[in-house]
Amino acid sequence: MQPQPAIDVHLQTEAPSAFLSVRDLRVHFPTADGLVKSVDGLSFDLARGQILGIVGESGSGKSVTSQAILGLHKGSSAEVSGEIWFEGKELVRMREGDMRDLRGNEMSMIFQDPLSSLHPFYTIGWQIVEAYREHNKVSKAVARRRAIEMLDRVGIPNPDKRFDDYPHQFSGGMRQRAMIAMALVCDPKLLIADEPTTALDVTVQAQILELMKDLQREFNSAIILITHDLGVVAETCETVVVMYGGQCVEQGSVRDIFYNPQMPYTWGLLGSMPRMDRTRQARLTPIPGTPPSLIQVPRGCVFHPRCRFRDRVGEACTTVHPDLEEVDATGHRARCHIDKHERSQIFANEIAPTL
Amino acid sequence: MIRFIIRRSLGALVVLIVVSFITFVIFQLAPFLSHSSPVYYYVGKVPFPPGSLQLKLLEHRFGFDLPWYQQYWHWLHGIFFGESLSDGSTNVYCAPPCLGYSFQQNTAVGSLIWQALPVSLSLAIGAATLWLLGGVLIGTLSGLRPGSIIDRVGMTLALGGVSLPIFFTGPVLLLVFEYQLKWLNNPAYASITSNPLQWLESMILPWIALAFLFAALYARLTRASMLETMGEDFIRTARAKGLSRRTVVVKHGLRAALTPIVTIFGIDLGQLIGTTVITETVFNLRGLGWLSVTSIRQHDLPVIMGVTLVAAFALVIANLIVDILYAFVDPRVRLS
Repeated sequence: MQPQPAIDVHLQTEAPSAFLSVRDLRVHFPTADGLVKSVDGLSFDLARGQILGIVGESGSGKSVTSQAILGLHKGSSAEVSGEIWFEGKELVRMREGDMRDLRGNEMSMIFQDPLSSLHPFYTIGWQIVEAYREHNKVSKAVARRRAIEMLDRVGIPNPDKRFDDYPHQFSGGMRQRAMIAMALVCDPKLLIADEPTTALDVTVQAQILELMKDLQREFNSAIILITHDLGVVAETCETVVVMYGGQCVEQGSVRDIFYNPQMPYTWGLLGSMPRMDRTRQARLTPIPGTPPSLIQVPRGCVFHPRCRFRDRVGEACTTVHPDLEEVDATGHRARCHIDKHERSQIFANEIAPTL
Repeated sequence: MIRFIIRRSLGALVVLIVVSFITFVIFQLAPFLSHSSPVYYYVGKVPFPPGSLQLKLLEHRFGFDLPWYQQYWHWLHGIFFGESLSDGSTNVYCAPPCLGYSFQQNTAVGSLIWQALPVSLSLAIGAATLWLLGGVLIGTLSGLRPGSIIDRVGMTLALGGVSLPIFFTGPVLLLVFEYQLKWLNNPAYASITSNPLQWLESMILPWIALAFLFAALYARLTRASMLETMGEDFIRTARAKGLSRRTVVVKHGLRAALTPIVTIFGIDLGQLIGTTVITETVFNLRGLGWLSVTSIRQHDLPVIMGVTLVAAFALVIANLIVDILYAFVDPRVRLS
């Protein structure tokens, strides 16, 4: 079945039909140096049971986006605007108290580093029980049974014994499994995984991804997978949002992104994936330069200072901010001044052979 | 866990032995360096000239003519089993734990310390409770909202607290609450068992004076620790679980932020027993600090040795308790 990346950037004030709909999301942090525009006008939709990948370099606004969906910026100095619709409820303007009922219950999150994300002074079991009892009025014994069941489900051997272990007694992979058990203990409809495999061994990475896919099928929950690893995206996601400098530069189905990418930054990301079947010189093509400052975002296209193809267009790249334009009717969109047909040609002739 | 406690206790014992030896050495060195007979430090004025037979006899009676290791052994033996002492005119038996006998004051060092210790303990423990509560409260509130009014007022108070010495705050407190407002009528110290109300009345101002100084320090420590902890990943996890702010702050934040405070608290509390000289002087309390200062003035060596040993003992015990407490607080310590 062809996945349906139903993406709509038009602002609506009434609830959209999509399960999760992010519209023109902006997260700005006022600092002494100036306004940091971590996320600047991001829109995407996600259907129930789908896996969406958000890819980009460090500082592209991936994690800030995910924390905005969970409302974790509430009470901080961050300025959040735009709309996040979740099952007909708008989250940006929602009160912290109502948001709390959703967090960990309807939507939950897995973080990058499971050791620092688990409290060092409480047992794994205690921490899962706490998450469960916060949203379910059950006795400690019932919650304990539930936690052990979850630990067993995520593949932790002897869960009833490991229940009383502390995080530092778990291995890295086991810790991430425990994190997943904690995130899923209340059967959330939306799971946000913020670089869940980055801190893990490669062998464990695959297991964790497999586990997440299994659980997603079992509970029919939607997943937002935040990563900088396109390999992970290819393995797990159905739709992809490519972020750069706090903006979405390309979005579409996983096929679109891998077989018909339309944005020089996406080409760069694809080239940055090491290929073991190439000669040593051709294995890796890094993107030159560094990610942009989020205080002084480059004029024109955010990516132009690092773009190899900007001389094919001329002035526009450095002066005019390109729109996120439709590539085709399936929802594939890209933000680039290069002509659509020329882009396809460049990719086919110049980029694809080097990948 | 039991193995951990035994290991730490053995460690503390070793430290105590070392401390006792150093104390002994220092007070062996004192007469040697001042070129006077140690007898002077024991009985005060001695009419016999240096080198005279009578002085030699006294030195022999006290055992000062023995090799140092035998003297050390005698001293330790006395602490555990008691000993008979004599300066020629007075014969006394000093029951264990015998910390020596002050011929100047004609009292066993043990009983002098026994009188002073409750004062010092009351002072230290009471003040510690006050400063811990006050400091942690101010520090937590400040750390949660850095830059807020609470933070600024709290940190200004803290700056005042560390800047003002007790010999300033103490008399000011006395002036205001005893002489101006007359809320307290210059009470003398009474033991907590004999007259709890008077005990409280005599202790409240010293507590406040001492706690003010330390609360300032603890407020700053707690603030820094809280600021750091609230930025930790596990706090974000706690919030992502949907926990209330109160639970996040108290169960997850404070729990982790207070761990380093516990360590410092133990050391401070242990050290305070026997070193609150200024507070005791300002408020006319006869604690260990006062005792050590008077003994130093009178060159009363046995008392100085006794007080030093007891103060060191208090510090070591406090550290031991903190170590064990810490293992309960932080599971990573227990198992490593």
